[in-house]
Amino acid sequence: MTSHATNDALDAESDLVPYYPMPRSGACPFAPHATLRKMAASGAPAKVRIWDDSTPWIVTGHADQRALLLDARMSNNEKAAGYPHMTRGRSETAKHTPPMITNTDAPEHTRLRRLVNGPFLAKRIEALRPKIQQVVDERIDDLLAGPKPVDLVKTFGLPVPTLVICDLLGVPYDDHEFFQDCSNRCISHSSSEQEAAEASAALAGKFGELIELKMKEPANDVLSQMGAFVTSGQMTHLEAILQCTAMLIAGHETTASMISLGTLALLQNPDQLAQLRERWDEPAFVANAVEELLRYLTIVHSGIRRIATEPVEVGGVRIEAGDGVIFDLASANYDPAAFPDPDTLDLTRPARTHHAFGVGPHQCLGQSLARVELQVVYSTLYRRIPGLALAEPGATADVNFDGVAYGLHSLPVTW
Amino acid sequence: MKVIVDEPKCVASGQCVFAAPDVFDQRDDDGVAIVLVEEPTGEMVPGVREAVAVCPAAAIRLTQE
Repeated sequence: MTSHATNDALDAESDLVPYYPMPRSGACPFAPHATLRKMAASGAPAKVRIWDDSTPWIVTGHADQRALLLDARMSNNEKAAGYPHMTRGRSETAKHTPPMITNTDAPEHTRLRRLVNGPFLAKRIEALRPKIQQVVDERIDDLLAGPKPVDLVKTFGLPVPTLVICDLLGVPYDDHEFFQDCSNRCISHSSSEQEAAEASAALAGKFGELIELKMKEPANDVLSQMGAFVTSGQMTHLEAILQCTAMLIAGHETTASMISLGTLALLQNPDQLAQLRERWDEPAFVANAVEELLRYLTIVHSGIRRIATEPVEVGGVRIEAGDGVIFDLASANYDPAAFPDPDTLDLTRPARTHHAFGVGPHQCLGQSLARVELQVVYSTLYRRIPGLALAEPGATADVNFDGVAYGLHSLPVTW
Repeated sequence: MKVIVDEPKCVASGQCVFAAPDVFDQRDDDGVAIVLVEEPTGEMVPGVREAVAVCPAAAIRLTQE
C-alpha cells in the first residue's frame, strides 16, 4: 500500500510536517502562508501537524476542495475519534454538543438546516436591504458629525453587523457589548479551555432568558421562532440556545472583519477603490466586487474540518477511513487554476465560485446576509466619505489573528 | 433545457434564487428550492447555469431535451 507508506514516512519525519494554522505576516496579511502555497503548488493533499500533535490531511486545491466537500464520505461528526478539532477548547465542548448543523451529516443535517434556515430565505434577506442601508447611513452620519481621526473598527465595522444581527435575532441592542465580549472569548485561540467554557456559559444563560421571554411574548424575530420550535418540540431548549449562539458569533465578527479589512485592502488599491466609488449604483458590479474581496481576504483562516468515513482517493493520495482532513480556504481562493494572478485584487474578475464561505452542504448559513451587508457597506461608505484615508499611512496593519477568522484590532482613518 | 432540483439534497441556502430569481424560489416553510420555470430559455440561461455552479449542495442539474 503506497498510501500507507507515504503516510508513515510523513509521520516519521515530523520536522517536515508543518504546524497548522500558520501565522500570517502582519505586513502582508491577506495571502496564504508561503508554506501553504508551496503545498498547494505540489497539487496533492499533504499533511500538517495540529495542536494535539496529530497529523491530519490538508487539502489546498480549489477543485479538490469542491470535490471532497461535496463528498458524503467527508463527515462533520466531531465526536468521532480522529476528528481534527480546531482547538483544545473545541475538542472538549464537542463531547457535550447536541446535534446541530455544524456537527451532523445528511440526512439529519439537511433536516436541521432547513429548520434554522427560515430567517435566511433569499427573499427575507433581500427585504432587509433598506434596513441595512439605514443602519449604514446612520453610522456614517455620526462619523461625519464627529471628530477625526476615528477607529473604523470600533465606530463602523463592528456596530453595523452587530446592529443587523441583533435586530434579526431580536437581541436588545443594550446587550450588544456583553454579546460581543463573550463571543470574542468563545472563539479566540488564546482563550483557555475554562475561559472559553465560561464565556459560552454566559452567552447560553443570556440566550436562555431571552428565548423564554420570547416564548411568552413572541415578536417577529429569530429568538421568537426558536422559542416556537421549543414549544412545538422540534428543538430542545438547549439546542435553541446553541443555535442562537452560533448565529450571533458567526453573524457579527466575520462581517465586521470584512468591512475593516476590505476598506484597508481598497485603500491599498486606489484604482480599485476608485472603480467602486464610480460604479456604486451598478448592482452587478458591486455584487462581484464583494465576491472578489471575499476571495482576496478569505478571513476564515483556521481551516474547515472533516473526518473520512470511508477511504477516498484524491490527487493521487488515499485518505483512509478515520483520517482527519482540513480544508484551507485561502489556498483554494489563491489557486491560480481557478483564479489567475490571485494576488491581484481585481473587482471585475469572475469570483463567485470562491470558497470564502466554505463549499458543500455546510456552506455558511448567513452568507446571503453577509453579502447584502457588504454590498450596502462597500457601495455607500466610500461614496459618502470620498476622502477616506488611513490616518497613519505606512503603519503596519493591526491584525488580530486569534480567532477562527482574522480581522483588525483597529483601523485609524480620517478624511 | 430542463431544470431539475434534487430535493432531498437541497439545504435551502437560496443561492439559486439570487442567481436566477425568475427561475427559482424557495418554499416559505423550509426554504427548499422551487423551480418556477422548468424549461428556461434566452436571457434566463446564464443565471440558471450560475445557480447550478453555486448551489452548495450540488442539488441542481440541467438536462438537454
